[in-house]
Amino acid sequence: MNFLATIKLVIKNLLARKGRSLLTILGIVIGVAGVIIIIALGAGAQSLILGEVTKLGSNLLYIEPTKNKDTGAPLPGVIITTLTTADEAALRSASQVPHALAVNAGVQGSAVISWGNKSVDTTFSGTDYTYPQVVNFTMQTGQFFDQREDQGAANVVVLGSKVATELFGDSGLNPIGQVIKVKSSIAPKAGGVPLRVIGVIASRGSSFFQDQDDMIFLPLAIGQEQILGIHYLQGIYIKVDDAANVDQTINDVTSVLKQQHRIQKDTDIDFAVRNQADAVKILSTITNALSLFLIAMAAISLVVGGIGILNIMMVTVGERTREIGLRKAVGATSAVIRNQFLLEASFLTGLGGLAGIVIGVIISFLVSLLMKNLGYDWAFVISWVSIVLSVGVSVLTGILFGLLPAFKAAKLNPIEALRYE
Amino acid sequence: MSLISVKNLKKDYESDGVVTSVLHDLSFEIKTGEFVAIMGPSGSGKSTLMHILSFLDRPTGGVYEFEGKNITGFNDKYLAQLRNERVGFVFQSFNLLPRTTVLDNVKLPLLYSNKKNHDGLARKALDSVGLSHRLEYYTNQISGGEKQRVAIARALVCDPAVIFADEPTGNLDSKSGNTVMYILQQLNNQGRTVILVTHETDTANHAKRIIRIKDGNLLSDEPVKTRTIATPDQELIK
Repeated sequence: MNFLATIKLVIKNLLARKGRSLLTILGIVIGVAGVIIIIALGAGAQSLILGEVTKLGSNLLYIEPTKNKDTGAPLPGVIITTLTTADEAALRSASQVPHALAVNAGVQGSAVISWGNKSVDTTFSGTDYTYPQVVNFTMQTGQFFDQREDQGAANVVVLGSKVATELFGDSGLNPIGQVIKVKSSIAPKAGGVPLRVIGVIASRGSSFFQDQDDMIFLPLAIGQEQILGIHYLQGIYIKVDDAANVDQTINDVTSVLKQQHRIQKDTDIDFAVRNQADAVKILSTITNALSLFLIAMAAISLVVGGIGILNIMMVTVGERTREIGLRKAVGATSAVIRNQFLLEASFLTGLGGLAGIVIGVIISFLVSLLMKNLGYDWAFVISWVSIVLSVGVSVLTGILFGLLPAFKAAKLNPIEALRYE
Repeated sequence: MSLISVKNLKKDYESDGVVTSVLHDLSFEIKTGEFVAIMGPSGSGKSTLMHILSFLDRPTGGVYEFEGKNITGFNDKYLAQLRNERVGFVFQSFNLLPRTTVLDNVKLPLLYSNKKNHDGLARKALDSVGLSHRLEYYTNQISGGEKQRVAIARALVCDPAVIFADEPTGNLDSKSGNTVMYILQQLNNQGRTVILVTHETDTANHAKRIIRIKDGNLLSDEPVKTRTIATPDQELIK
């Protein structure tokens, strides 16, 4: 019996049991669709994150204090006080870091702000006058504080658009010139630090998963000394004039800070200079790990689907015992019977795989549409790897779980099979 | 040369170390063109004998020569080929494939052969049992007698040397049974060897020769004295 005839026979048999065939492959369909959707969503999320990172500009360096070079970002609760405003001043020196367009230092914290009887929980950023040079944004009204206000530690504040609406939206008043109070960690019982609103930043969405509209910006010295009561910095941004000079600038920054901190050995370095590529790498590692975990979950459903096929094929062999006996009586060899049932199982899983691909691609596409409608920069990506992987696994499952019933069928004694009731 | 020749044929079954002997020392010959009935009560070993003669089972002793060749040494694959090409089966319970048309049922043995023109051969076989008008019927849409005629067409389709009919009338009413016996006699008249297994004397009398078996031994082997000739069914003549 040739291969083509066997395939024809297999298709005929499966069509004769449409309902059952459909139910049998459901597990495989779900598994394959799951793998494809998860991989597509992972790729979409990654593109979203990459977009977020590059929004900040690829020429941006970030310096953060560390215990030593290898520990990475500080753990929550671990306070490292080694980065100071003196470091910032040194980095501003054009002779030492020639390619730095702007140097911006900052501290951050949660803040409770109030105006009149209104009170809002938000995040404050203590930053310096160079902030507009490092980050792109437009003012809705008023302006950002200038060098004089910054260095004079003037009691001024710039609001994110959401904060402005929450505080002043009801009153209809122009926020400019109003005085708000920011609760201080040094004197929590006191009324708070009074700050005059001098500008509102136009809505710009979130960046690095922080809602930039739900923030307030105030001079660094105010944030350090009057609100947090600290003298160190949490981080320094440096904008490099050209992408080609990023590596050079990292070296410059490192030597300046080593000198500042009087560090001899590289192992004692107590800061980290990160660029966007590092950030992308870290985020990719996280999303990849997450994707792998989810793919493993989907793979489990593939295995469960395979067991479903095993189960149905076993039942089918039982039900068709007489048919198998008859086929053997009229000349089918054991090998032919075995191949027939193996092909049936492979066909079922192959079909399930195909259906899974179609459903997976459609759902991934719908999700990407939805995310785009929600304003996210979400790419619709279907990788060949996901298709090859899921179909390969599903057909392999079919063959693997088809083997047992196929050999059971092939081994049947035709005399007993014909008598089987 | 004989079509079938058995000498000292034995069949023992072993189960849990207990050996049950089903056939002892059977010897006989069947020539091409014969119509032989193998008779015996249930448990006599007649079915086992038929299974061995039709290559579904192997003897545990003695010699079985088919068309001059000793089949004892042949492998399973070759026996499957012999079943496909040299013998046809008619079973008591028809054994047709469900959810399958009459035509496709008759084509079944051709699937496992090297023959070409499956459709033509199957139509010809169905024509010879008077079922040309039922080709596209499903097997659950036809009567018992028609089912057995489909089974005979299936047995004929590969042009076998011998047809084995195991209680072919057992599940049929007398009229349908008569038609089946008529077809078998016609096939024999055309030169086809027919071996009929039955426990009913009335059915066995349609054959030309009766081999009686009891408890695995040959009881008698003699020609039929007054042979029953089945009358053709009106439906078949027209």
